[in-house]
Amino acid sequence: MKAAAIEAPQRYKRYLTWIFFVVLIVVCAIQTEVTPYQLIVGLPQMGTLLAEMVPPDWSYLPTIWKPMVETIQIALVGTMLGGILAIPFALLCAYNVMPNRAVSVPVRLILNLVRTVPDLLFAAIFVAIFGIGPFAGMLAIMFFSFGLIAKLTFEAIESIDPGPLEAMTAVGANKIQLIMFGVLPQAMPHYMSYLLYAFEVNVRAASVLGLVGAGGIGLLLDRSLGLFRYDRAAIIILLTLVIVLVIDYGSTILRRKLL
Amino acid sequence: MNTLTTKPLWYRLRPWVWIILLIAVYLWAFNGLNFEGVQSTAKSVSLSIIDGFAHPDWDYVYDPEGEDLLRGLLDTLIISILGTFVSAFLCIPFAFWAAANISRLRAISGTGKVVLSVIRVFPEMIVAILFIKAVGPGSFAGVLALGVHSVGMLAKLYSESIETIDPGPSEALTAAGASKLQVLWFAVLPQVIPQFLSYSLYRFEINMRSATTLGLVGAGGIGTPLLFALQMRNWNRVGVILLGIIILVVLTDLISGWIRKRIV
Repeated sequence: MKAAAIEAPQRYKRYLTWIFFVVLIVVCAIQTEVTPYQLIVGLPQMGTLLAEMVPPDWSYLPTIWKPMVETIQIALVGTMLGGILAIPFALLCAYNVMPNRAVSVPVRLILNLVRTVPDLLFAAIFVAIFGIGPFAGMLAIMFFSFGLIAKLTFEAIESIDPGPLEAMTAVGANKIQLIMFGVLPQAMPHYMSYLLYAFEVNVRAASVLGLVGAGGIGLLLDRSLGLFRYDRAAIIILLTLVIVLVIDYGSTILRRKLL
Repeated sequence: MNTLTTKPLWYRLRPWVWIILLIAVYLWAFNGLNFEGVQSTAKSVSLSIIDGFAHPDWDYVYDPEGEDLLRGLLDTLIISILGTFVSAFLCIPFAFWAAANISRLRAISGTGKVVLSVIRVFPEMIVAILFIKAVGPGSFAGVLALGVHSVGMLAKLYSESIETIDPGPSEALTAAGASKLQVLWFAVLPQVIPQFLSYSLYRFEINMRSATTLGLVGAGGIGTPLLFALQMRNWNRVGVILLGIIILVVLTDLISGWIRKRIV
């Protein structure tokens, strides 16, 4: 009986949703002049591009090794600094640590604002301030991972077991003691795992920061593509792929040990 | 007490080994960044950036003729909608390929999973650059880049939701003599479509963020005017564009979150 009552409106709603989707797609396609025809014309060009990438220019490998290492260093330092910065902010905006909404709500707002700014935009702004180089990239990664880690960590803090906190409050612990012995031990494994996750994301992000002049491998990629050296671009992409895979694999193992 | 002291040396040393290793890694990383100090112009540039952000170029928001903020943002929105749409369809075959309960052979789903993780590790900017080289700069390259890049993550989520479906309906259909296609259409798809939609919406939110920067490499959207404004050090305009991006991202997050809540 109940199922029948739900059935009818659901079907009608489903049709409406599909019609809405189709109309949306058609309008969007007309607006940007994206047509299947273009795709069919473009695909062979894509094929020639890929064909020019083989064989990759292996002799270029020693040249790109140093920028690749720099990319990892940017990601490492940026993630760590952003992660450290994230701890006080995460504590400030978790409702169970900071019940005072006048503090936690504005801090949350700041975090949300930071997370809406794309990492490349951060990088472009820092390049303007600090000049071209890896330092600007590191700062961009730092702000980017700060937003990410702080958000994930405060959610983890809010979901901790309230028992130990209540017990500590009952015996008269102050706020600092509460955080040190009640909150941090419970939230630490989650925080470390988010740090690792942010590092994985950041290695990928750092590999394109060079496009706006913020150091790392992206600069060389941009240059080889600009010079139509697709064989060199191919080796850069391959190396990035290998590094990212190795780091992903390593951090998956580490994370499994943590949690 | 006794058990503590008889622990192997390695167990007592292990935390310290980790800490020393970490410190070494970070020393190495800090050394590599060769910080050359703050530029002499940093202060004046920072001040003009702050000044620019405080006084956004409101004239840029709507310009009856030519490029303006609203058109750029609309373009960005469309790129992410179309990109999500392309990947939502493109990844259905990949999802069935990678789902362990669809194919009988473990090797088939295994290779599917490997293919997906390979697609996933390509940064979307690199995908975008490749498509720009193929189809020329513009929104189309952006749509294709988002569409292809998203397949990696979306198909993985799709295949996971296929793996968790209730096997009852498909068994019943098979028993009644339905073909493989009929089983897919009438038993599998109805169960997974709500989750597919919800994941696509989630991906749409991510794509929205990426679409704002795709233009920095020439793939359409608000990023292209942003790049020009950054290069000309026109901070008032950068300020208004940044404001526009933030509003657009927040709005799309809110709307898609609301839709997602209604679907699931």
